[in-house]
Amino acid sequence: MKVTLFIPCFVDLCFPRVGMSMVTILERLGHQVTFHEDVICCGQPAFNSGFWEETRVVARKVLQRLESSEAVVIASGSCGAMMKVFYPEIFDHAPEAPAARALAAKCFEFSEFLVNRLGVTDLGARFPAKVTFHDGCHGLRELGAKKPARALLSRVKDLTLVEMKDAETCCGFGGTFAAKFPMISTAMGEVKCLSAEETGADYIVSNDSSCLMHVQGLLDRQGKKVKTIHLAEILASA
Amino acid sequence: MSEILKLFKAQASKVAGDLRHRSLIQTALGKYETQRDRRKAAFQSWEEARQVAAETKWEAMRSLDEHLVSFVNKLEARGTRVHWASNGVQARDIILGVIRAKKARCVIKSKAMTAEEIHLNEAMEKEGYEVVESDLGEFIVQLRKEAPYHIVFPAMHLTRDEISDLFHRELGSAQTSDPEELTMIARRALRKKYIAADIGITGANFAIAETGMISITENEGNARLTAALPKTMITLLGIEKVLPRMADLALFLPMLATAGAGQPITCYNSLYGGPRRPGEPDGPEEYHVVLLDNRRTELLADAEQRDALHCIRCGACLNVCPIYRNVGGHTYGTTYSGPIGSVITPHLRGLQDWKHLSAASSLCGACTETCPVKINLHHHLLHNRRNAAAQNPNWIEKTAFRVFGTVMNSLALYRVVRAAARCLQPLHGLVKGGPFDPARAWTKTRELAPVAPKTFREQWKERA
Ligand code: SF4
Repeated sequence: MKVTLFIPCFVDLCFPRVGMSMVTILERLGHQVTFHEDVICCGQPAFNSGFWEETRVVARKVLQRLESSEAVVIASGSCGAMMKVFYPEIFDHAPEAPAARALAAKCFEFSEFLVNRLGVTDLGARFPAKVTFHDGCHGLRELGAKKPARALLSRVKDLTLVEMKDAETCCGFGGTFAAKFPMISTAMGEVKCLSAEETGADYIVSNDSSCLMHVQGLLDRQGKKVKTIHLAEILASA
Repeated sequence: MSEILKLFKAQASKVAGDLRHRSLIQTALGKYETQRDRRKAAFQSWEEARQVAAETKWEAMRSLDEHLVSFVNKLEARGTRVHWASNGVQARDIILGVIRAKKARCVIKSKAMTAEEIHLNEAMEKEGYEVVESDLGEFIVQLRKEAPYHIVFPAMHLTRDEISDLFHRELGSAQTSDPEELTMIARRALRKKYIAADIGITGANFAIAETGMISITENEGNARLTAALPKTMITLLGIEKVLPRMADLALFLPMLATAGAGQPITCYNSLYGGPRRPGEPDGPEEYHVVLLDNRRTELLADAEQRDALHCIRCGACLNVCPIYRNVGGHTYGTTYSGPIGSVITPHLRGLQDWKHLSAASSLCGACTETCPVKINLHHHLLHNRRNAAAQNPNWIEKTAFRVFGTVMNSLALYRVVRAAARCLQPLHGLVKGGPFDPARAWTKTRELAPVAPKTFREQWKERA
């Protein structure tokens, strides 16, 4: 299959390994990966702040460039939700509505794509560590993808998954929220870090780098030992 | 920054960093969650029950006008006096009018968030009437001269010891940390008030259009006494409380109890349809029902967000909300706190003054997932943000997002920004977290992820 990868701006800049791991995995599975260098961002920061017109400017370009793709794999549940759930809403009754719905139908968050679309769970990965999994809210609730990531992790050799308390509770990132209300965001993150630490895990795994960026930022500041890692990096390891 | 927003931020910072508050609320709500899940499992299908409940509320709201007329006609036929109030001032005047006409001195009240909404207690006290809250939690916060912390558990933020101290100070009782003894202290104080009260004021959980009846559900029996002992009873309710049929209660009562408190059903469930009839041994001699609009019809006219009127005030969305859990109920500064409060307060009290509540959310969607009547809560926060920005945009923000759009649509500009970020990154260390750090909102408590030596785009290009 021809798979178009959508790499969100922050993954491009700060977490390139996540994107490269996805390329490795998809190619290992025999798919042809394409990437449009000029598709940079889904527009979510503007959308979340209420600036829908400014969002449409960015979204229109995404729609147009991804129009001919067979399947689009998105390296973040949050951007996935933007394209799958909110593009159809911001273009509701607009001329772009059919294109937005067409894109939504072929968009997948990475773990969802592997498990639900391709039917793969065993990627032959090995990762000798104890990990705990944090569900990114957008992937979990907007896309309804709770099971795929855990199905994938259960097949990784030498990996132990320990669920943390309130694994489905938000880590407090929330995009612009983290900067607009840092005190609330930080408190939520502290609760999350504590739940993760209590499991005794070496790693906090998630399928959303945006949550991990927040959690890692807090852990680093507090000098904590636990590390964060994206699911794709684990799956690409052998 | 408006005064309301400043206050919110200050209060949020204070409470969010208060570890004692954090653990108190987490423990209380942790217990609630266990109970709730157990009760949910007793439903054949909780999801289907939610769907039916949502559809029933759609039906109720779609022909609210007809349902209300039916409700009122039936009530009036039994001798109830029904009053329509467009806003809080009118509702207060109606109620004060009844109290004056009855030459009453003492009013006993059971739990009613609508009364909080229109600041009824203050209005009655200002006129010199003695007002006593009979719900235990409400009684406690009234003694503390505080607003309820939560729409279902008004005193959830207090420990037993704090309550004991309060009773000791205000009622002269002996110190105790036994919850039953604390309840008995309140009960003894309240019994006298029931007997002295001339007027009983209640809220309503549901208004049954088919039969013209008010449904009240409670755990302490205090609403029953409030309704039964005083000679005059007044029920204040929002017009959205309507359910079409009596049979709907078969779903809504257990659902409210499950979602709200993790109970199979609340202890006391009563229906009120009118004053005491000839030959009946108890009940009020006079019964008044006050129907409150207070901008609910405006919300009804909003096709996008009218499902917010489906709310049965179960409090479940507050309980699961990580924002609520961290900032606490009082920080909102509103009658209705938590996700539902953030959604409806801008409609009830003005978008520009209350839009920050919609912004103060990570949009995690836990509220929408839990809401028994399936209100699209977290998406409505996005709608409020959009409406607020369209009506009165912050020009700095708007310009920033214009620039953002231009950069994200141009690979050349994006590369410039990337190069700039790389250049500035080493310098950032000099100001990081300090007052001159432009990223201070983030870096005060968190490290910033560095730009990678080679971005994904650069690595991708190298492969080609
Ligand atoms: S919005 Fe839903 S969950 Fe929240 S109080 Fe109302 S009915 Fe309950």
